[in-house]
Amino acid sequence: MSEAIPNDVSQPAAEARGFDWKWIVIGACVAFTVYIAVIPLGFLLWQSFRTPQTAAVDSVFTIANYATAYGTSDTVRLFWTSIQFASGTALLAFLLGTTLAWMNERTNTPFKSVFFALSVIPLIIPGILFTVAWILLASPQIGIINLVLQGWFGLAEPPFDIYSLRGMIWVDGLHYSPMAFLLMSASFRAMDPSLEESATMSGANIFQVARRVTLRLTWPAIVATILILFVRAIESFEVPALLGLPAGIEVFTSAIYQAVHRYPSQVGLASAYAVALLLITTGGVFWVSKLSGRGSQYATMTGKGFRPRQIDLGRWRWATAAIFIVYFLLIVVLPFAVLLWSSFQRFYAVPSMEALGNLTLDSYRFILHYPNLTRTIWNSVALAVSTATIVMLVTSVICWVVVKTSIRGRWLLDGVASLPIVFPGLVLGLAIMVFYLNVDVGVYGTIWIMLIAYVTRFMPYGLRYTTTSMVQIHKELEESAAMSGASWSTTFRRIILPLLKPGLLAGWIYVMIVSIRELSTSILLYSPDTQVISIVIWELWENGQYVELSALGVLFIIALFVLVLVAQWLGRKYGVKE
Amino acid sequence: MLTVDGLCTEYTTPGGDTVKAAQDVSFTVDQGHLFTLLGPSGCGKTTTLRSIAGLERPRRGSITVNDRVVYSSSAGVFVSPNQRGFGMVFQSYAIWPHMNVFQNAAFPLEVGSRRYSRQQVRENVMRVLTAVQLDHLADRNATALSGGQQQRLALARALVMEPALLLLDEPLSNLDAKLREKMRFELKRLQRELKITTVYVTHDQGEALALSHEIAVMHEGRIQQIGSPRDIYERPATQFVADFVGSSNFIDGTVTGPASTPDGSVIVRTEIGDVTVRALQTLAADQRVAVSVRPEDVELTEDRPAGGNVWEGRVDQKVFLGEAVDFQVKVGTRTLLSRRHPTLRTKIGDAIFVQLDPEKCVVLKVA
Repeated sequence: MSEAIPNDVSQPAAEARGFDWKWIVIGACVAFTVYIAVIPLGFLLWQSFRTPQTAAVDSVFTIANYATAYGTSDTVRLFWTSIQFASGTALLAFLLGTTLAWMNERTNTPFKSVFFALSVIPLIIPGILFTVAWILLASPQIGIINLVLQGWFGLAEPPFDIYSLRGMIWVDGLHYSPMAFLLMSASFRAMDPSLEESATMSGANIFQVARRVTLRLTWPAIVATILILFVRAIESFEVPALLGLPAGIEVFTSAIYQAVHRYPSQVGLASAYAVALLLITTGGVFWVSKLSGRGSQYATMTGKGFRPRQIDLGRWRWATAAIFIVYFLLIVVLPFAVLLWSSFQRFYAVPSMEALGNLTLDSYRFILHYPNLTRTIWNSVALAVSTATIVMLVTSVICWVVVKTSIRGRWLLDGVASLPIVFPGLVLGLAIMVFYLNVDVGVYGTIWIMLIAYVTRFMPYGLRYTTTSMVQIHKELEESAAMSGASWSTTFRRIILPLLKPGLLAGWIYVMIVSIRELSTSILLYSPDTQVISIVIWELWENGQYVELSALGVLFIIALFVLVLVAQWLGRKYGVKE
Repeated sequence: MLTVDGLCTEYTTPGGDTVKAAQDVSFTVDQGHLFTLLGPSGCGKTTTLRSIAGLERPRRGSITVNDRVVYSSSAGVFVSPNQRGFGMVFQSYAIWPHMNVFQNAAFPLEVGSRRYSRQQVRENVMRVLTAVQLDHLADRNATALSGGQQQRLALARALVMEPALLLLDEPLSNLDAKLREKMRFELKRLQRELKITTVYVTHDQGEALALSHEIAVMHEGRIQQIGSPRDIYERPATQFVADFVGSSNFIDGTVTGPASTPDGSVIVRTEIGDVTVRALQTLAADQRVAVSVRPEDVELTEDRPAGGNVWEGRVDQKVFLGEAVDFQVKVGTRTLLSRRHPTLRTKIGDAIFVQLDPEKCVVLKVA
């Protein structure tokens, strides 16, 4: 049937009616989104046509950046490496995340409730800490895994080299797999199990059901998830910088980073590289927008209640439990253990009986007396909570317009709101910095410019969370509220938001955590007053203070863990009854 | 009470084609009546209902409820659905899974323009929940209800604000047969007791005949016939109506003169011979017509009966249905369907006499 929202209010109503905030709320959200998403893009494009500005020479128009960026055969190699790295990472993360989500939501694997509670832990380990930990685990020289395996099997060569494309994909894929897990879990949970049951009744075994029904029905979520993972991988910075550059493996982000850090800074060249990223990701966003536009074809959450059903794996459930445990070892226990070990050393040493004698708390003392620690923590927390709240509320309105109305050009709105996804954090920070230096509205150097940057950067991810849930809300659930006499804003507040709650909550937790560990945008926008925790970690890395870094990392991870536990507890308390 | 006049609704498919869902739909529903829009899927009945609800915006026409214009293309009036004050039960029931039974039913009282005290909300909600026999489940989670209970909750929610008009979109189609039959009586009792003006959409002719004061049969966006259940069944206006509502034998033929006699009887020359029928409308000689006869009106006897309109045939097929037996009788090359009491035990292949009562033969003009 047609999409039935009477979207034209230009004609006067027959009688006086209560004031409805509908168009004010939608208008404000759209204006905010367009402003926040388009400004950095404009500056990025503008800068890509400018020569570098120095004290002596003014910036002028040029196309030389594009000639340099795309005029050599190196670019083909750069492009190919980036695609390999991003696809490999996205596929590894997706396969891991989906398998785990399916096992967790749809099977009777033992201890899975424990696993779900633990599943957010890997998400809270910042990329830089995770990368450093894997360097300590699998570098050819000091990697503990390499040393242990060489000792056991008498190998001459270290079996793993983390400084390689495969190493990069391994670390980044592992790092992003919890994200795939969360996205796919939400989608599995929203699906009506009778659809799977009817396949079982048709004679399909559990693998056929998973492959031919479950996966097909979650197709929009799958495409959206892979897209997000791909983009996250292609713009990820820490892994290519720490693992790729020492081995001479260059991708777009590290090329941009190097262009910016050259003297004089090649902002134009960096922007020219970023334009290529923009083209790749715009295609992906357009595709997802078309998919979710099909609307009720994929509506799987109806007004009829259902009780989730689980597949009995029989003896195989011990195998799936083992997968959970191995995964958890790789992604949490080993990285955290190696950081913990390092944090008790005075200088880094490979674990041994001798090193065991040198344990010390010096590095923790150093961290606790770090200047402005309280201020730094407060900045991080305030920024994370405000960013997550603003992002989830604004994107739920945007997503409603995109998914639930038939307004012309709504895919464009989706595109605009998803636009910041194409900005590597570094370039976004730079664009915002230059803009607010030129347009002085008093936010430069304050915490507000960080908030603007964070909201811009994480809006697309909030939007994906809300879209995944929104497409699964049957439109009659809204229509029946309208027939009950509820205005649009009441319907939104009392029906849409509560039904979105699982998605909103998951998105809120996610945005909060990625905000608190955000590094590459902050690094260009912070001032001594607005320093955040991840900046302190970066400074320690730059100074080579690895054991102090480990100590701060351990404290940071524990604090984030407690934060997430509180968030989850709140979620259970105020979340949707299941 | 409800007047729908010249309603046209179109919508655009994702492919860009324009579909005319309802064309020139006009009808009125009297206060306290149950009016049914009946038709196969895609006939425009749901679109018409959603236009009345305000969930869809028609192209042309007007909709008036109790002298209040809720939609008029000429006056430029479109009242949004939440300002219309109509109750509606959706096909999927649309029970909000994040609320319990009481909260679902109380929602319309909390969000409407009228303010109710906590006490009034409680009283009104418990009154409708009692009416649909859900009062003992008020605190239960809405997702823990059975299909029939969800249907009743949806009905309670639509009734709680004492709407001017109740709109029902195939409310029984998701229930099993036994429950559907039970709910049909339930719904009828409730509607007759509350005397609430109701528009009911269904594709099930049995439901339509059982529940309605009046029925409009729709086909391809247009109303084919409006009438009481008895009218629709016994005097269908078109071949589509005769075929869709119940089943019918259609015997094609032409009118042989004289086209009209004092008692209204007309002779139609058909493939089985001349059939005498009683025509209500004037027919020209040589007019091509179809004679429609319900299976239960095709009399069968083993001995030749007295009177006219009698043919000799042969039993071709029998289906035992419990309370009746369907006979397929071959008269010449033509097969007629007849529904008889199971006491008639004529064997397959045996001769049998067919008699048609002229009063029960409906003449339908064929274009």
